[in-house]
Amino acid sequence: MAVINNIKAVTEALDVAMDRDKNVIVFGEDVGLEGGVFRATQGLQQKYGIERSFNAPISEAMFAGVGLGMAMNGMKPVVELQFQGLGLPALQNVIANISRMRNRSRGKWTAPMVIRMPMGGGIRALEHHSEALEAIFAHIPGIKTVMPSTPYDTKGLLLAAIESPDPVIVLEPTKLYRAFKQEVPDGYYTVPIGEGYKIQEGNDLTIVTYGAQTVDCMKAVEMIKSTHPTASIELIDLRSIQPWDKKMVIESVKKTGRLLVVSEAVRSFGVPAEIIATVNENCFDSLKAPLARCTGYDVVIPYDRGEGFHQVNPQKVVEAIKKVLDYKF
Amino acid sequence: MKYIGKFDPQKDEVVRVMDKDGKIINPKLAPSISDEELIKAYSIMNLSRRQDDYQNKMQRQGRLLSFLSSTGQEACEVAYTMVIDPKNDFFVSGYRNNAAWLTMGQTVRNIMLYWAGNEAGAKAPEGVNSLPPNIIIGSQYSQATGIAFAEKYQGKKGVAVTTTGDGGMSEGETYEAMNFAKLHELPVVFVCENNKWAISTPTVEQTKSLNIAVKAIATGMPSIKVDGNDFLASYAVAKEAVEFARSGNGPVLIEFDTYRLGAHSSSDAPDVYRPKGEFEDRVPYEPLIRLKAYMIAKGIWSEEKQTALNEEQDKHIAAEFAWVEQNKNYPIEDIFNYQYAELTEDLKDQLAEAKEFFAKYPETKDGGHH
Ligand SMILES: Cc1ncc(C[n+]2csc(CCOP(=O)(O)OP(=O)(O)O)c2C)c(N)n1
Repeated sequence: MAVINNIKAVTEALDVAMDRDKNVIVFGEDVGLEGGVFRATQGLQQKYGIERSFNAPISEAMFAGVGLGMAMNGMKPVVELQFQGLGLPALQNVIANISRMRNRSRGKWTAPMVIRMPMGGGIRALEHHSEALEAIFAHIPGIKTVMPSTPYDTKGLLLAAIESPDPVIVLEPTKLYRAFKQEVPDGYYTVPIGEGYKIQEGNDLTIVTYGAQTVDCMKAVEMIKSTHPTASIELIDLRSIQPWDKKMVIESVKKTGRLLVVSEAVRSFGVPAEIIATVNENCFDSLKAPLARCTGYDVVIPYDRGEGFHQVNPQKVVEAIKKVLDYKF
Repeated sequence: MKYIGKFDPQKDEVVRVMDKDGKIINPKLAPSISDEELIKAYSIMNLSRRQDDYQNKMQRQGRLLSFLSSTGQEACEVAYTMVIDPKNDFFVSGYRNNAAWLTMGQTVRNIMLYWAGNEAGAKAPEGVNSLPPNIIIGSQYSQATGIAFAEKYQGKKGVAVTTTGDGGMSEGETYEAMNFAKLHELPVVFVCENNKWAISTPTVEQTKSLNIAVKAIATGMPSIKVDGNDFLASYAVAKEAVEFARSGNGPVLIEFDTYRLGAHSSSDAPDVYRPKGEFEDRVPYEPLIRLKAYMIAKGIWSEEKQTALNEEQDKHIAAEFAWVEQNKNYPIEDIFNYQYAELTEDLKDQLAEAKEFFAKYPETKDGGHH
């Protein structure tokens, strides 16, 4: 067991996967010698050679398309996009080709590839570096989308993504890359795609979140004790966005009768809306308050000076919790 | 035509007027430019360099965001923006264009405000057609092409100039834009500032083509390679290219052969990837040294003038930064107001909700940063 942060967990997962299977390769901008802008692939070129870990010219559409070709022909490419907002040229291939290959070739060709990308705000970055676009990926049939928040999950989910027979988008919250460390098992293990993680059990309210907001929610759950000392909150880290752990969330809301979904993405047409709709369909008889969400606003992610206005923060979550808990019919 | 069509990119020919010591080696290729204009160009190069240095210091103190410096690339940036009219032509920039922005008439204040994380800095002053920094690499080439299309379609006389790096030339969109521009014979000048690096990836890992200029050949448009650290050569070619495009001959691609003397951005450490000695080898070719030596030899510049200019510019830079520090924050309305021509009903509700929250918990404005 080693105590490592999220970025190191990415490196370890890639190392383990490359060691097990020579068809696993990594590429993207600056991925080779320098190890990418966040150093996620640092050391891999030295260890596995320039054929398996290399710089690619700046052309994200090509990364995705080339990755698809490799995957169709027996390889396991793990493509790194430098930032989610800068990877948009790749989106065409993700949506138009990668997600559809199994379906349109009636299973003859498949796209067992991984595209990893840093995402999310809170790192004082420039324009296009702080987007949270998970809803766009989740909306596309044929790909799977995961967003780990802890080093254990980061390593396990990335290994599961590499093992997956389907294309997987791995979203890595930049804010958490070096935020904290955790004990992580050595060697190979996976965290199954589609399983949520219950951080704590509770009876009065279910909070569902993922990514960097897991940390905000944990803080909020502590803070709410000062005004609502007896409130018993169940906190779920979704980990996988699509498929997501419907069963865990539905069971939880049936027990608590209340739901708050927290995500830093802009509000409208987002992942929280999907979760709320599903819970509404399945738990209507158990509900004790309107289903709620705490999110960013429907604006372009502001540059640093205004980013704090837009970001979810623990106090915003606390206010949202109070509204749900104090609701009276 | 003195340059375009006369220098063959397929033979890797390069337009050069002065050597590294500022001595004219190709008098026939020298442009006609007044002493006044030379001094003006040099002053902007000097200002940009000093602003870069100052911003680097402020970034290290956490008072500015990560930014991208033009250090080493000032000659070509000043050259290709000096030859257009800021009011009627367009500059469609990338993110590493400090010297070009200044030449267009963007203020030190606005540029610093932008790097302090306030969108207000991205708004160009009245009469300055210089677009906000374009972070998504490659897409400025299409935007410039569209602007040029509109100029031609509407019978206006403007030219669009756009720029990217050697790395940026790997984005398919740059080729797509050049292809369209040539098909429609549009008045656009495509610039590549080949500074040899794209973050940690050297040019030789971007392309096997002989140089960047040859990338235009497949589109049918002319292209030319220039010593981008030679102000006179850069100015001469840029001027001819803009006139060429303005006269209805269609687009041109100029590759400026230059070198990134700084880090990729203020959060990057080039010593990790840059071969030992490369930087040191390039310093003697840097553009300010060369132009200054030329001007001193010509009798229009002196060390005294340099000292006075440095003092004046440093004072200006420090004063502008002081203003920025006082004025960098903005009210919550600013993140909502520019979303649509009019706030939608839904956004009005969201703004009200946000205002109520931050009135109650103003200190959480920075809560986004753990
Ligand atoms: C579409 C896109 N992909 C990736 C990036 C991230 N990125 C920022 S700068 C850079 C390197 C660009 O190198 P080059 O085009 O040579 O220009 P330079 O920075 O050297 O001026 C990269 C890959 C980006 N901004 N946009």
